[in-house]
Amino acid sequence: MDVDRFEIRLSGSGGQGIILASIILAEAAGIFAGYNVSQTQSYGPEARGGRCKAEVVISSKPIDYPKAVQLDMMLAMNQASCDSYCFDFKANGLLLVDSGLVDQTPTSRVVALPFTKIARESAGRDLAANIVALGALGHFCPLLSRKSLESALSARVPQETKKMNSKALKAGIKAAEKFDMDSLPRSILPEEEEEI
Amino acid sequence: MAPELNGKKFLLQGNEAMAEGAIAAGCRFFAGYPITPASEISERMSYRLPQVDGTFIQMEDEISSLGAVIGASLAGVKSMTATSGPGFSLMQENLGYACITEVPCVVVNVMRGGPSTGLPTSPAQGDVLQARWGTHGDHPVIVLSVSSVSECFSIIVTAFNLSEKYRVPVVVLSDEVVAHSRETFTIPAADSIEVVDRIVPNVPPEWYKPYEDNSRGVPPMAAMGDGYRHHVTGLVHDAHGFPTERPDEIEAFLKRQFRKITNGFFEIQITKKFNIEDAEIAVIAYGSVARSAHRAVAMARSQGIKAGLIQLVTLFPFPKSTVVNVMRQCKAVLVPEMNMGQISREAKRVNTGLTKVFKYNRIDGQLISPVEIFEELQKM
Repeated sequence: MDVDRFEIRLSGSGGQGIILASIILAEAAGIFAGYNVSQTQSYGPEARGGRCKAEVVISSKPIDYPKAVQLDMMLAMNQASCDSYCFDFKANGLLLVDSGLVDQTPTSRVVALPFTKIARESAGRDLAANIVALGALGHFCPLLSRKSLESALSARVPQETKKMNSKALKAGIKAAEKFDMDSLPRSILPEEEEEI
Repeated sequence: MAPELNGKKFLLQGNEAMAEGAIAAGCRFFAGYPITPASEISERMSYRLPQVDGTFIQMEDEISSLGAVIGASLAGVKSMTATSGPGFSLMQENLGYACITEVPCVVVNVMRGGPSTGLPTSPAQGDVLQARWGTHGDHPVIVLSVSSVSECFSIIVTAFNLSEKYRVPVVVLSDEVVAHSRETFTIPAADSIEVVDRIVPNVPPEWYKPYEDNSRGVPPMAAMGDGYRHHVTGLVHDAHGFPTERPDEIEAFLKRQFRKITNGFFEIQITKKFNIEDAEIAVIAYGSVARSAHRAVAMARSQGIKAGLIQLVTLFPFPKSTVVNVMRQCKAVLVPEMNMGQISREAKRVNTGLTKVFKYNRIDGQLISPVEIFEELQKM
């Protein structure tokens, strides 16, 4: 698929695996789907806690500016990161949030799924919430196939956690499949500004 | 056994690509002390070097790290270290030692916000003039900068090549954005990478004068232990390497240090041009900011503004001839930097009334965005 800058931002608290999820996403697009990819990150000096964001730019063309300019998708894994990093959104951008950790969102194009709860139920550990969310992100991203995500995941995570992570990814994709996209507005532009 | 990485595509971090570039350039010794945002270079070297029969040492600090690097290079092994601002400050003393003893080595400084501990996880470009003038004494220096993962690989190879050819330490400035960004990158085939090695003496040991001048100003370098008499001192020395206080020898020695670099200006001063041919205004940028500038120039062109970009790969010796040519052609130039204006000083120094030099500075730990540069271009 020919694309010029498809941009995804992942955010949450340090320790939630945000950067790892963004690396797997970037490898799925860059190594397994053949796009040009740039993955960047920003975090504080804390080992855990604090806000954390990572960005992935996917393009068929060479990428000049490595960070996001206008987001197509964003993931927020807690309220603080949703509040701080939800900007530069396209009018038809899609926000994914962990419904167990984010109560209020700044846009109505939101897919709220309980990623952490799904992780606990499917993989047995809250820790896999990032991979559950990755599955959902991958499902809604038109550039990524299920196969490229699975290949990237299996190439990156440690051998002994492959089974758990694979379960989490599948659970994320499944939850996303059940979501009814028709229930969302196509764009967050006011009706009178919408192009026909 | 080393895995075969050449010709394969990876999602690599700038820091990881630097380690791979160093190994491709023939680096077989690394001594360093971990520091954000440079640690991944050490980390990758720590497992990659043993695979290629190299040596990795984690030292007790940055002073000893560069000391070990100088020692290894004197023994004939291409060597490097990597650090960030606070560690780079500690290395200044040994950097001067490497200058006066003419020991080839590569020092990477991944710039973060400063001074002092500053902003460990945020980008900045505050160490540009420190790289030029950080060590004491009047000395020539080569400082290169990188703006992408692929440059992290290719420029580190260039750094080693220049270092070996001219027998000087080469400083490579990266920044947190370039260092931590991951991009898809195919490691080039080994035979497509040009690697330069230092020239070794071709005379019998008893004839060898380790610091004797020649037309290039770069004496052949014997590895310690090869049977060649080789005295190394931080004092100004004569052709045999022993301290001298004779003014004629001192002047000849120091002037040779400058001459060997000046002779190589054409090769050393590397720049990249984008949309410069018909440009009426130009951006002069380096490091991660050059990426933003590249996009800003494209944005300006789409609005009918004839903008161009010179990306400085070599910061010092400052690529005066290229910059001056662009200054002659353009009615104004913009120098965006993540400091209060270090390269813009150089731009103003070489300008001599040719054009208007504007600067744009950001020191809040954030990368300058393309829109900011575009807006500045619109005002020009």
